[in-house]
Amino acid sequence: MSSNTPSSSAGGVGSADSAAPRRNSKRPKYSKFTQQELPACKPILTPRWVISAFMLVSIVFIPIGVVSLFASRDVVEIVDRYETACVPENFRNDKVSFIQSPSTNKSCTRRLTVPKRMKQPIYVYYQLDNFYQNHRRYVKSRSDSQLKDNSSWDDISSCKPEDDANGLPIVPCGLIAWSLFNDTYNFSLNNQQLVVNKRGISWKSDRDSKFGSDVFPRNFQNGSLIGGKSLDPTVRLSEQEDLIVWMRTAALPTFRKLYGKIERDLQPNEVIHVTLENNYNTYSFNGKKRLVLSTTSWLGGKNDFLGIAYLTVGGLCFFLALSFTVVYLVKPRRLGDPSYLSWNRNPGGH
Amino acid sequence: MEAEGQIEEFKEEKLSVKGFNFVDERITNGNWINEPRADVIQKFLRLLATCHTAIPEVDEETGSISYEAESPDEAAFVVAARQLGFEFYERTQASILLYEFDPVSGKKVERSYNLLNILDFSSSRKRMSVIVRDKEGKLLLLCKGADSVMFERLAKHGQEFAEQTKEHIAEYADAGLRTLVVAYREIDEEEYVEFNEQFTEAKNRVSADREERMREVAGHIERDLILLGATAVEDKLQNGVPECIDKLAQAGIKIWVLTGDKMETAINIGFACSLLRQGMKQIVINSETPENNALEKSGDKSASAVAFKASVLQQIAEGKQLLSSSTENSEAVALIVDGKSLIYALEDDVRDVFLELAIGCASVICCRSSPKQKALVTRLVKTKTGSTTLAIGDGANDVGMLQEADIGVGISGVEGMQAVMSSDIAIAQFRFLERLLLVHGHWCYRRISSMICYFFYKNIAFGFTIFFYEIYASFSGQAIYNDWFLSLYNVFFTSLPVIALGVFDQDVSSRLCLKFPLLYQEGIQNVLFSWIRILAWSFNGVLSATIIFFFCIRAMQHQAFRKGGEVAGLEVLGTTMYTCVVWVVNCQMALSISYFTYIQHLFIWGGIVCWYIFLIAYGAMDPDISTTAYHVFIEACAPAGSYWLVTLLVLIASLLPYFAYSGIQMQFFPLYHQMIQWIRSDGHSDDPEYCRMVRQRSLRPTTVGFTARFEAKSKRSKERGRDH
Repeated sequence: MSSNTPSSSAGGVGSADSAAPRRNSKRPKYSKFTQQELPACKPILTPRWVISAFMLVSIVFIPIGVVSLFASRDVVEIVDRYETACVPENFRNDKVSFIQSPSTNKSCTRRLTVPKRMKQPIYVYYQLDNFYQNHRRYVKSRSDSQLKDNSSWDDISSCKPEDDANGLPIVPCGLIAWSLFNDTYNFSLNNQQLVVNKRGISWKSDRDSKFGSDVFPRNFQNGSLIGGKSLDPTVRLSEQEDLIVWMRTAALPTFRKLYGKIERDLQPNEVIHVTLENNYNTYSFNGKKRLVLSTTSWLGGKNDFLGIAYLTVGGLCFFLALSFTVVYLVKPRRLGDPSYLSWNRNPGGH
Repeated sequence: MEAEGQIEEFKEEKLSVKGFNFVDERITNGNWINEPRADVIQKFLRLLATCHTAIPEVDEETGSISYEAESPDEAAFVVAARQLGFEFYERTQASILLYEFDPVSGKKVERSYNLLNILDFSSSRKRMSVIVRDKEGKLLLLCKGADSVMFERLAKHGQEFAEQTKEHIAEYADAGLRTLVVAYREIDEEEYVEFNEQFTEAKNRVSADREERMREVAGHIERDLILLGATAVEDKLQNGVPECIDKLAQAGIKIWVLTGDKMETAINIGFACSLLRQGMKQIVINSETPENNALEKSGDKSASAVAFKASVLQQIAEGKQLLSSSTENSEAVALIVDGKSLIYALEDDVRDVFLELAIGCASVICCRSSPKQKALVTRLVKTKTGSTTLAIGDGANDVGMLQEADIGVGISGVEGMQAVMSSDIAIAQFRFLERLLLVHGHWCYRRISSMICYFFYKNIAFGFTIFFYEIYASFSGQAIYNDWFLSLYNVFFTSLPVIALGVFDQDVSSRLCLKFPLLYQEGIQNVLFSWIRILAWSFNGVLSATIIFFFCIRAMQHQAFRKGGEVAGLEVLGTTMYTCVVWVVNCQMALSISYFTYIQHLFIWGGIVCWYIFLIAYGAMDPDISTTAYHVFIEACAPAGSYWLVTLLVLIASLLPYFAYSGIQMQFFPLYHQMIQWIRSDGHSDDPEYCRMVRQRSLRPTTVGFTARFEAKSKRSKERGRDH
């Protein structure tokens, strides 16, 4: 750095301007804001703060973790993977042709044993694996205005490649609707039909605001390629709850969708017979299919992760608090040690 | 002993009387008459009042007297004499009129002196004298001059205070004061007549040796003087310059003086601002050697240039030798170069050697340098050492240097506005540089580096969640967040806290910044913006993103996420994750800043609140506008316990690594500013012992500045004590 001190000739009586009282001052008006002197809290991480923060976290987190874990453990879940089992032995090598052939018998029976008492409502889900409902082209391929309002039934610009069939717009258009899941499940318990309630499985806001009550399916699944389920053209879209559920795209390639609710309790060791129609083609992309029956807790379905994570973080904080305390007691901070300063570690680095 | 009475010291700070700032209870207010040797003091002051060439000017309205003098020093003497009771009020052709304080009567009496001769000051004589006849008819020769010429002219019996005076002069010179020795002599009538004849004859000559002859005659009578004392005048630097330079030196900043002044003045200034001190070895590279002068007179330009260069090279080589020998003894060395030598020193083949020498020296003073040379020296330092250079100057001749340096600071003042207009930063006085660098420089450095690091952090933390999601969306480009969430991230939810950080953050208060100048080294060493630090912050961002993403997708897997059995779709997962990001990024900010005013609180917590408000407002809009965010908070997320639990979990888990790291660092490996924070929080900021401990963390001892001077002095006296 170089500097130039003011010349020395300014000595003596010649210039003492700085000494004279400054009347014509340009000093700006004092304010705490502009002078950056606002009252401030200046926290630093003293051992007390660090230890108490860790302790606080562990005190809060461990109970939450325990409660969450219990909530998750309370949930009873029956998962049945059926995509291979429901293909007859002779088609096992060529599942795709089995599922694509219109003539094969797709019916299949599964037996599910209830491990524990399941309180109603019991939610029925289907679970797909390796199904990229979150692929950008797939997600984009829908027409919200068309779903909402009958007057824009021909607004299919965003629906490619499933925008029209035989020259007419499809309602509902787009890949999502086209690929609607079409396996069906029938449950029976002790030869008695278990009623599956398919009402109220979708978000209310979707039914009310996104799917119009004056919109009816039109020209749907009429193209050369049939994607999935057909829709009853006499039922308004706002009541096609399977479609509404399906149209809320999943975030991850493994996802569940609500199929319906069984509104009665199931007792332990009861055996549920499921007659399912295995229609949906997941075989061409090695997708798996599962049928899931699950109760819920206040926290939702069965997932231990939240509880375990809370316990882990809480435990870790507890451990950190302890070790900090120990280290603090064994080796208190010394102020006089300059050796950590970086410019003392490498004296050449200037 | 009464040496006190002999030393006058005029300082020019905070002066109520222009040119006078001297307080000594023993002298002022007429107290000097009570001193044991009041007669000497009286003579001393009388000499000051008479031995000069100043002309009094009486202000007609107020009756106050001001003085017009050849040099400010002289004016200072007259003013001082007036303040101490010897008021010089009129000069006529042949006399000097004073109001004198009479110690006998205790009143002011008028007194006139017949002025017989004035033996002028010249740079070769280094002294001036007057010959006066006082009322009693005594002939007096009053003389003041540089110590180098005065002591040899003292009479044997006039050396009563010589030893002490020498000591004092050394002390004052060390402090940067300009010293003069004051002495007098009574002359016999005959001697005077003889002198006057010779002097008049010499004066009336018209030949070339007139000056020489006059000098000779004057020198003849200025002998056998009786020492009265010494004066010391403070060269008026701007207020606070030495303090400022001292602080800057303590901060580890190397200071070079590039001035157009002549060498003596430059050295004087160097002493005044403690860049030089007694006992510091001076390497002077000077072109004014006798051989060079002779060569120049001979008119052979090329030959003299070659000789010049050779002599400069030789002087540099000698300097380096001296330097290497004194580094072993850890002595400070100063380098003084004049402009003519600088021409050769800055030539392509010499400048590396020159720079090497200059860097080794504690202070470097380039005098008689042209504006272009100033710029060249600055460039040399800037490009060859890679250091950041700051140039400060107030004159038009500093413009080149200001523009060449990395940072140019202009002082607006008497010398016009050119410097200010070509500078990056303008200040009104040199001493403001201290605050500019040590306080605002440090703050700015910290703010900008934390701000940039934090920007990296928050965008990496955000961006990586999007990137991670792509792994699960077969890299199709589907974003997990709603489009407007993406757009507004850097606009509303996380922008204001970082601006508040960049504008308001203070790790250490300005008072402590000034108290611990070494803090500035954090900037010079680039501690806060090293690659390690940038990468560490980026890594922290990746870590946060990883925790946010994987915790969210694991916690909100395919299972129902609330009591109603609904599963989390793209919009619910996206909203949850985004909530986590906003919380984490804002709370990370809250953890990393050390200065919370209501503004910080407002911005940080406001950013989070803003997100929820936005979510509700946006979700309440028509689904055509809000698309996937429609009612997502009110209907889906807010009633779900898992949404809130995931937010809390992810928030704490993401902050945990940073919190643990900074807790450990603060406790066991504190950086310099953190040490100062400790001092503050322990309440030791006013405990000198503690402060000393922290302040002495310098890489190398400070070599210039008055603190260093005091240390060197106490070391010297200690050594002296040991020798005896």
